[in-house]
Amino acid sequence: MAADIPENLQRRRFLTAATTVVGGVIAGLTVVPFVRSMEPSVAAQAAGAPIDVDVSKLEPGQLITVMWRSRPVWVLHRSEAQLKTLKDPKLIETLKDPDSKEPQQFGPPVVNWHRSLKPELFVAVAICTHLGCIPTYRPQIAPPDLGPSWVGGFFCPCHGSRYDLAARVIDGSPAPLNIPVPPYHYRSETVIRVGSLKGGKDQNWQPAIW
Amino acid sequence: MSSKLAALRDWIDARFPLTEMWNEHLAKYYAPKNFNFWYFFGSLALLVLVNQIVTGIFLAMNYTPTPHGAFASVEYIMRDVKWGWLIRYMHAVGASAFFAIIYLHMFRGLMYGSHKKPRELIWIIGVAIYILLMAEAFMGYLLPWGQMSFWGATVITSLIGAIPYVGGPLEVWLRGDFAITGATLNRFFAWHVVLIPLLLLALVVVHILALHQVGSNNPDGVEIKKHKDKNGVPLDGVPFHPYYTVKDLFGVGVFLAIFCAIIFFRPDFWGWFLEHDNFVRANPLQTPPEIRPLWYFLPFYEILRSVPNKLMGVISMAVAILILFFMPWIDRHHVKSHRYRGLMYRLALIGFAATFIVLGYFGAQAPTPYHADIGFRFNELFFSFFLLCLVYNKPRSRGFYFGALVAAGIAIFVLDWLRVGDIPVHFMVRSWWIPAAYWAFFLLMPAFTRLGDALPVPERVTSK
Repeated sequence: MAADIPENLQRRRFLTAATTVVGGVIAGLTVVPFVRSMEPSVAAQAAGAPIDVDVSKLEPGQLITVMWRSRPVWVLHRSEAQLKTLKDPKLIETLKDPDSKEPQQFGPPVVNWHRSLKPELFVAVAICTHLGCIPTYRPQIAPPDLGPSWVGGFFCPCHGSRYDLAARVIDGSPAPLNIPVPPYHYRSETVIRVGSLKGGKDQNWQPAIW
Repeated sequence: MSSKLAALRDWIDARFPLTEMWNEHLAKYYAPKNFNFWYFFGSLALLVLVNQIVTGIFLAMNYTPTPHGAFASVEYIMRDVKWGWLIRYMHAVGASAFFAIIYLHMFRGLMYGSHKKPRELIWIIGVAIYILLMAEAFMGYLLPWGQMSFWGATVITSLIGAIPYVGGPLEVWLRGDFAITGATLNRFFAWHVVLIPLLLLALVVVHILALHQVGSNNPDGVEIKKHKDKNGVPLDGVPFHPYYTVKDLFGVGVFLAIFCAIIFFRPDFWGWFLEHDNFVRANPLQTPPEIRPLWYFLPFYEILRSVPNKLMGVISMAVAILILFFMPWIDRHHVKSHRYRGLMYRLALIGFAATFIVLGYFGAQAPTPYHADIGFRFNELFFSFFLLCLVYNKPRSRGFYFGALVAAGIAIFVLDWLRVGDIPVHFMVRSWWIPAAYWAFFLLMPAFTRLGDALPVPERVTSK
């Protein structure tokens, strides 16, 4: 170049700024495919489709575990005596969230004292809201390891979180919230579909904490 | 040297700074002549890093990162691959050795003030290396796809879910599925063998370059560059090669003797290096009775779970690790080495190391409210050390010490108040004296005695 000072300084500044902005935007957009590639793949999403569970052979007090979205899901047939414990005021006053105020269930149809569509049949994701372990179903009354106040419920062996038979967390547990109740509905009297509401709605529902 | 070799060297030197680099980092890098036992661990860490990379490459030749193949391929390495058992045990025991060495290396830094001006960047890069090492170990532990691999990864990745609003989606994004599955295993494999080793190697180079820019600290915490002879060589320095290369070789010998003894006689180290539950294939439908991470994560695990609130627990654990980055500005006392900082800092530092070990012990215990309460007390002591460093930065008035003691008492009370309902009050009544005694001792001793006073720092190093 003949001179040290460019002919048109303003034009040069404009070109530098324009190149920086366009280059920066393109570099930013390039990140998108890489970030998106880490999301659950289409196959994983397909594997996460709703599942049907036949509950006709479930006896009172019996619990089965089914898999939905790589997560274990409890389906529990609660007996009359078990349902009665849920309304016991002595239990209710020890609960962190007895009225299901936190968004740990899919919606108003299960915001009730039994946290389910029908009182006897209970559906919940079998994962502790503390650190993701699987709590164990402990229907016994006052077993030696759980103490005299135990009226049946779920106990997490990892860090000792306690839940009642509606998977509501009991005070003193490290777990912060009730165990999530995923979207489900009755396809018939004996078959429930876990993972969506009627018409396939709410498949991507998320609780505050799994 | 024969003239042909010298000619080759000159040929290379004209094209690449080989001799220059050799001199700068080894033959003419002057290190203080008073290095002691604690200075073995830097070079040992480098040795173990090489061990991990070499054995890792050979393991990857036979490993399959799928949920169906992973557990079986590790068994295959152990039973059918010739010498595979040795390579795997070298890798598994090497991981634990790496952390033992790094913890001793970091403790050395705190003892002799190696984090202080002008070495703040070396320390910060070192903490970054430590965090990368934790990520590397965590991801590597998923690969055998045993029960503890699976459930450990489940617990730790679900910590992300505690972050308000973005936590849930972020957790799914990191796992690549709605739970820990093959997608998670495959990406952890990629990160464990490519991403993090690359970053680690780069940061180790930067760590050493920064060290050689400033020069090594030493047990007296004095700068040897202050006193140089007429050739510009520090009077108290010796060339790293051959003096410290030979000294480090001796350390390597002792280390390898212990390392091999463990590999050959106790590769699982009674369940501390390879947990018993991890010899069972991962089962997403069954949680092992007790989930706990490997020993080197236990202190932080206890800090996490002794806090009765999930989000606060996660924050405490993150702060406990990240606070190390700020150590150069938390501990600003003008004396570097504990040798001349007075008795009180030395006791506080020993107390800190003991706290770390006790936290690790309780991290391995069953999750009862009693253990959660005692763990919380040592959690308090862990953070108390950093606050105490702020107090000990310079001599304080008696009134300041009393004021700090009152503040500590109020803090202990408020923290206990917040735990009411989660921890039985009679447990707290029984254990409140632990942090209270700590603060009373470390604040009243310097208030009434001169044991905490700094001693005169010598001009030159004091090796005999």
